[in-house]
Amino acid sequence: MSATLEEILAQALQELATVNDLIELDKVRVNYLGKKGLFTLQMKELGNLDPEQRRSVGQVINQVKDQFQQQLEITKDRLESAVLSARLASESIDVSLPGRGQSTGRLHPVTTTLRRISKIFASVGFTVVEGPEIEDDYHNFEALNIPAHHPARAMHDTFYFDAHTVLRTHTSPVQIRTMESEKPPLKVIAPGRVYRCDSDITHTPMFHQVEGFLVDTDVSFADLKGVVYEFLRAFFEKDIQVRFRPSYFPFTEPSAEVDIECVMCNGEGCRVCSHTGWLEVMGCGMIHPEVFKAVNIDSEQYSGFAFGMGVERLAMLRYGINDLRLFFENDLKFLEQFN
Amino acid sequence: MQISEAWLRTYVNPDVNTETLVEQLTMAGLEVDSVEPAAAVFNGVVVGQVVSMEQHPDADRLRVCQVNVGEEAPLQIVCGASNVRVGLKIPAALCGAVLPGDFKIKKSKLRGQESLGMLCSEKELGLVAEAHGLMELSDDAPVGVDIREYLSLNDNIIEVDLTPNRADCLSVEGLAREVALLNKLDWSITAVDVSPVDHAETLSVTVTAPEACPRYLGRLIKGVNTQADTPLWLQERLRRSGIRSLGPIVDVTNYVLLELGQPLHAFDANKLTGGITVRYANAEESLTLLNNDVIKLDTQALIIADDKQALALAGVMGGSDSAVSDTTQAVFLECAFFTPLAIAGKARNFGLHTDSSHRFERGVDPELQFRAIERATQLIVEIAGGVVGEITEVTSEAYLPVRNSVLLRRHKLEKSLAVKLADEQIVDILQRLGMQVTANAEGWDVIAPSFRFDIGIEADLIEEIARVFGYNNLPSSSLFIRSELSQVTETLLEIDRVKDLLVDRGYQEAITYSFVDAEIQSIVAPNSEPIRLKNPISSELAVMRTTLWCGLLKVAVYNTNRQQDRVRLFETGLRFIKVDGETKQQKMLAGLLLGDVYNDQWAEKSRQLDFYDVKADLEAIFDLSGCDVSFTKAELSTLHPGQTAKILAADGVEIGWLGMLHPQLEKELGFDTQVFLFELDQGYLLNKTVPVFTALSKYPYVKRDLALIVNESISADNIITVIKNSAEPALQDVIIFDVYRGKGIEEGDKSIALSLILQDDTQTLAESEIDGIVNRLLTILVNELNAKLRD
Repeated sequence: MSATLEEILAQALQELATVNDLIELDKVRVNYLGKKGLFTLQMKELGNLDPEQRRSVGQVINQVKDQFQQQLEITKDRLESAVLSARLASESIDVSLPGRGQSTGRLHPVTTTLRRISKIFASVGFTVVEGPEIEDDYHNFEALNIPAHHPARAMHDTFYFDAHTVLRTHTSPVQIRTMESEKPPLKVIAPGRVYRCDSDITHTPMFHQVEGFLVDTDVSFADLKGVVYEFLRAFFEKDIQVRFRPSYFPFTEPSAEVDIECVMCNGEGCRVCSHTGWLEVMGCGMIHPEVFKAVNIDSEQYSGFAFGMGVERLAMLRYGINDLRLFFENDLKFLEQFN
Repeated sequence: MQISEAWLRTYVNPDVNTETLVEQLTMAGLEVDSVEPAAAVFNGVVVGQVVSMEQHPDADRLRVCQVNVGEEAPLQIVCGASNVRVGLKIPAALCGAVLPGDFKIKKSKLRGQESLGMLCSEKELGLVAEAHGLMELSDDAPVGVDIREYLSLNDNIIEVDLTPNRADCLSVEGLAREVALLNKLDWSITAVDVSPVDHAETLSVTVTAPEACPRYLGRLIKGVNTQADTPLWLQERLRRSGIRSLGPIVDVTNYVLLELGQPLHAFDANKLTGGITVRYANAEESLTLLNNDVIKLDTQALIIADDKQALALAGVMGGSDSAVSDTTQAVFLECAFFTPLAIAGKARNFGLHTDSSHRFERGVDPELQFRAIERATQLIVEIAGGVVGEITEVTSEAYLPVRNSVLLRRHKLEKSLAVKLADEQIVDILQRLGMQVTANAEGWDVIAPSFRFDIGIEADLIEEIARVFGYNNLPSSSLFIRSELSQVTETLLEIDRVKDLLVDRGYQEAITYSFVDAEIQSIVAPNSEPIRLKNPISSELAVMRTTLWCGLLKVAVYNTNRQQDRVRLFETGLRFIKVDGETKQQKMLAGLLLGDVYNDQWAEKSRQLDFYDVKADLEAIFDLSGCDVSFTKAELSTLHPGQTAKILAADGVEIGWLGMLHPQLEKELGFDTQVFLFELDQGYLLNKTVPVFTALSKYPYVKRDLALIVNESISADNIITVIKNSAEPALQDVIIFDVYRGKGIEEGDKSIALSLILQDDTQTLAESEIDGIVNRLLTILVNELNAKLRD
């Protein structure tokens, strides 16, 4: 019987040595250790022996079985690691090939610029307000202290629908609309499209402005200067030189144009700044008493400032865009550049 | 306005260079646009005189001249100009001279005749763009003197871009006043002699519109010689202000306009009939202007008329019938004050803008007329001779601008500018501005000079003080303002989030004009009448868009014409529609797609995008706000009738459209591929509800698949709606995972495979319960949609 057992073992080990994959291995396992396996049968036959014999023979069978099982595990490990290696080898790829799926697009540079402006002002509590683009003469002009035939109207090149209805020429009417409906203190910025009947290399009939204004008690020209300085430095992420130049807008007084040191040439003088070293970037001023009167705000109690800037101009300076018209041609090759 | 720097410096000559002078003006609010040299760079040109002249022996058009250039012997110079003649004084470029354009003058031979220089035209000296013949200098020009010195060409032309409030600076005197103020220098106005009156003849002047013309002065000057030459210095000053010389009378009126800021007009007195009347025009009157435009007047137009007809559009332009010409012998000189409101807009109504209207609209000093008419008289007599008549004056004091006293409060000034200035400094600034200042308890009573139309309220004075003190010398403070915590609403989705989503899904944002081509508009939206601009900039930008598709389609064509075969665009903005006669400005979001789903790539087979690709993008948008919408089959003339969905909100309101561009329009607009479009109303899209938590079920869900056969007319939405309306509490979701037509399915039918997701909150569903639910649903589907279970 022992000899037979050894023969079985030898045969089993022989089979293990020639097994090629895990399925074959499992067949070998079943053949020897399964319900009807050769070692299992040996164990079943133990029942026929007397208790004394049963013990010693049982021990021998178990030893042989252990030996087989050990070899089985080794074989299994060998085969599994071969499978793994094979998988690793077969699944190797060229990681330099591009990824699959949808590409991403871009926001228009005007939107990106508007968002940055809004974000800077939102950080100190300005809220964003919008207004209509087809606007009435009252909000676009009259209430802003620009009566009919005022010479300032000539500078606006207005698009008309009829005698009283225009395409807004600036975002300032939002100032009026907001002050009509809300009480101070007010901190508002109003971005949007504006329209002027003018088209050449430096003018498009539509462009974007951001109007900002603040009304409270005790607002001074110094506050205006401070806000404008800080905004421009935040926008250009640079400690640029800023200067305030007296100017004239019917709806502010004192009024100022704001120049920054040319960002193209660092104030050295270049084509962009007409060799002056300065670039005009916004208009601003203290809200005119007549404007307050139009919206029933007491200019003895309240004061405020307002400013307005051209978004395309700021975007051009920020990104070095050299032609205003590109913004509205929407050439994909242009749009794709502004990530 | 442009003005000669040298002229300005004759009034006030601060010890600063041009650059600093210009900087001072700019920083005082008189923005200098440009500074150009009065003449191009050249040298070696002197005043010469032709002493003798002979015909060139070998060239018909050339003359051999002997020219005195102030040296011992005259120089021989060959000249081809037709106006060369003996005795003429001309600019002579000597050998070694360099003319504008780096043109070097050398000793040369012209057809065998030696030429030792060149006689010059104004063009050759860079003074004008076009010239005919030599520049003729006056007879008293000193021979041999450098022409730059003689013509004072070492000068700059300063161009000042004045804001409408500073009419007082529209003259060299006005600018001198500012320069003196800024440099704390004294200056004096042009001294004017009162001309003695030599004859008694006058024209009667009647002003029937005194509110528009509070002051009118007129004077007859007889026996003028309009052939007289305007002196060079005067011509040069005019030239440097961009005004051409047009004869002595007009030159003088233009000169006084530049010098003092007072527009004047000279009529040919012999062409007038009877007296002068300043009145509003009659309805049917017309007038031929100096520029030969014939204008139809109306009763709003202020005119100068004689007894016969309208002579001039007051303060704007004279008429051709009474214009001064080179045969004029007597002039009637007009010097008036028209109120700004009477002139404002009048020139523009007739498409005109003149130096005169520019000044009257903004305000001419009402105290200036006597000085100006005397100045003009003096110059006319000096240049063209003539005998001077008495000034006829019609002044209506009641209508002259009133110079009110304006209160300037110390505390208001300090609060506005956040700076404390010494009283003396404030008073000094105001007085140097020409203001009358009287101190009072609160501050000062200030009366502005007559030329400052822009000073009427306290803020005007504060601005003046800030301006003269220097904006950049005023303090700047860091914003310290009260601030409430801002609301962050959750019931509104921000459009920025939607834009980001589209960008992440491969769209480029476009921004197109809000006004579009009427033709494209009518092709794209034939059923909506667009709002038209009264004065469009071009026919391509004439009507307000009723849909954002107009702009996007144009952009798509632009890009496909530039080798782009895959375009994904979106735009946000207003559309403009008429609803019951009212203009509605509606915020929209629109998109356009064409080409393949993906960019060319190695890993995915390319596939043209279809309706469902775009729909997925819209579903993603709606998912952001949790907006409950349905896509229903509909028709829109712009879109393919078989691939159009109207998008409805839960309450049935239309919120947008999605579909393929109609193949007919595809062709018409110049595409050679399918184009998909969508447009949504932002108003509905962005409404969001604050999420409410639902407890999670602890029990497993089960999934049951059903394959149904239904008629083609039954939409997926019909099936899902029927299932969802069944009110089975355990039904969590329905997913369509296959649609099949073909073998095994009858023509006109389709097979729809769907998964039911079932889950109960309180128990694990038993097999029998699941079967119960599925059977109940099947019964409803059979009853309502005539569906059959597929074997």
